[in-house]
Amino acid sequence: MKKLKTDPKGVLTGSHYLDGDYALAEGALAAGCRFFAGYPITPSTETAERFSERIPYVGGVFIQMEDELASIAALIGAVWGGQKVMTVTSGPGFSLMMENLGLACMQETPLVIANVQRGGPSTGLPTMTGQQDMMQAKYGSHGDYEIIALSPDSPQECFDLAIEAFNLSETYRVPTLIMTDECVGHMHEKVVIPEADKIEVVERKWYTGPKGEYLPYKLDDDGIPFLTKVGQGHRFHTTGLTRDERGYPDLNAERQKIVVTHLIEKIRGNADKIIKLEEDQIENADVVVVSYGITSRVAVRAVQQAREAGLKVGTMRLITVWPFPEKRIKELAPHVKAFVVPELNYGQIVREVERSAWGKTKVVSVPHCAGWVHDPADILQAIKEAAK
Amino acid sequence: MTDIRFSGLGGQGVIRCGLISGKALSLYDDKHATMTQSFGPEARGSACSSQLVVSDDRVLYPYIATPSILVSMSQEAYEKYVPELGKGGTLVVDEDLVKLKKVRDDVTVYAVPSTRFAEELGNRIIANLVMLGFFTAVTKIVSPEAMKKALPGLVPERFLDLNIKAFDKGLAHGEKVLKEKK
Repeated sequence: MKKLKTDPKGVLTGSHYLDGDYALAEGALAAGCRFFAGYPITPSTETAERFSERIPYVGGVFIQMEDELASIAALIGAVWGGQKVMTVTSGPGFSLMMENLGLACMQETPLVIANVQRGGPSTGLPTMTGQQDMMQAKYGSHGDYEIIALSPDSPQECFDLAIEAFNLSETYRVPTLIMTDECVGHMHEKVVIPEADKIEVVERKWYTGPKGEYLPYKLDDDGIPFLTKVGQGHRFHTTGLTRDERGYPDLNAERQKIVVTHLIEKIRGNADKIIKLEEDQIENADVVVVSYGITSRVAVRAVQQAREAGLKVGTMRLITVWPFPEKRIKELAPHVKAFVVPELNYGQIVREVERSAWGKTKVVSVPHCAGWVHDPADILQAIKEAAK
Repeated sequence: MTDIRFSGLGGQGVIRCGLISGKALSLYDDKHATMTQSFGPEARGSACSSQLVVSDDRVLYPYIATPSILVSMSQEAYEKYVPELGKGGTLVVDEDLVKLKKVRDDVTVYAVPSTRFAEELGNRIIANLVMLGFFTAVTKIVSPEAMKKALPGLVPERFLDLNIKAFDKGLAHGEKVLKEKK
C-alpha cells in the first residue's frame, strides 16, 4: 500500500468510504495507538491488515504474533513500555485472550480489544455474523472485575468508538472492548474523519512526582493511580497477585477487599459518566426495543412498521453495553408494558434487562442463533405480542 | 430509497462494482450509500453479489429485500436473483453471458455486451467497468463524474486510464440504447 495522505499526526482527515474493520484501525491510529499485536482471524483480519499497512508511515509497531495468548501479552508489555495499544480478534481468539484479559484488569492496564464477532461456539461460522460473546466480554476471565464494552452500529461509529475506547481505557486504566460483528465490520459506508486537532484524545495519566516515591497502585484523588513508563528511573513492579500500593504481593483478605472493591467501583461508581445510550420516542412508549450493534439497525425496520401500525414503540440503543445501564432500565420499567430485546444470540443481554427491570414489567427475548441478522418480521411480531 | 444488487461470479468484480458505486454516491454525489457483500469461503467462479442501499438521508436498515435495480453478469446470478426484483424494477445484464427467460412485463431490461467490449479494449477483466458505465447511463442513479472520481484507489493505478476507457465505452453504449428505446 502506498502512503496515504494524512496530517502530521497520522490522522486520515477527510471523507472516506470504509468498512467497519478499516474504520476501527483508523480510529485507533487517530487516538494515538502505535502498537498492535495480533493474530489474523476472520472477520477481523482487515483491521490488522489496515494497521500493518499504515503503521510504517506513522511510526510504531505491528507484530503478527504466534497466537492470541501472546498477542494480548505483548499488548500488556507494550503498555508498561509507554504505548497505547490495540488488538483485534473474533470468538476463538477472544477465548484465548481471556486469561490475560484478567491479568490486564488486575494490573489496571489500559488497552483496547476489538472483537468482530462471528457465530460460535468454537470455530462456528467464521465468515458469518453473531453477537454471542457479549457475556464472555464481561465474565470471560476468572475472578471479580469490571471492563468497559462498546458496540458500534456503523463504520463511522467504529471510528468514533475506537477513539472513545482508548479515552475510556486511559481514564479508568481498564481494558476496553469494542464488541462489533461481521456485518458492521464488513459494511462499507462514508466515514468522516475530523482534523487531528478537533479529535479529543485522553493522554495517559503520567506520574510526574519525585523519583523514588512512585507507587504504581496508590490511588489519586480521582481514584485512579498514575502510570509510568518503565526505564524512566522510577521503581516499578506489577503482578497478577493481590498487591499493595507498591505493586508487590500482599496476600490477605483485607488487601483483597481493597483491590477488588477498587477494580469494580472505579467502573460502577463512574457508570453514569461512562454509559452512552441513544434513545428515540421513549416518552409515552408502551414497548421499548433494547438492542445494540447491527441488530439495532435491523430492529429499526420493525419499529417503523410497528409505529405505522399505530403502536407506541420507543428504542434504546446500547452504545455502551458494559457497564450495563441498569439504572435507566429500572427507571423506565414501571412505565412500559414491555422491553423487547433482539440480539444475535440465544438471549444474553436480555438477562441484564430482566435483572434491571426488577420484575416491574415484561421482558421479551427475540433470540437468534447467529449466522445472519434477524428477519425484521420476527422483531415486529414480538413487539406486537408485547404491546398486548 | 433505491436498493441495488450487483451479481455475477467471483472474479468478475461485482463486489468492486458495489464499492465504486457506493463511494461515488457517498463521497461525490451527496447521497448516503451502504454497501454490503456476500462474504464467505467461496473461491473464484462461484456466485457472488454486492448490495447497495441508496438514500437521501442516513441509511438505517442496511439490507435489501426487493431491489429496484438488479445487475447480473452471469446466468446463475440472474436466475437466482431475478425473482426478488421489485415491481417496476430495472434489470441490467451482460447480454452474452445471460440468456433471459420470460421477463415480467413490469421489468425494464437493459443489455450490454460488457465482457465482449472489454475484450475489444484488450482485457476482459475490465468488463465490470464497462458494466458500471452502462449502468450509470441507463439507471441515472449516480453521475458519471462521481463514478470516475471514485476510481482512484479502487482500481490499480497503472490501469486507471484503461478502466476509465472501459467505463466510457459502457456509458456511451448506455446512452445510445436509451435513445433507441425512446
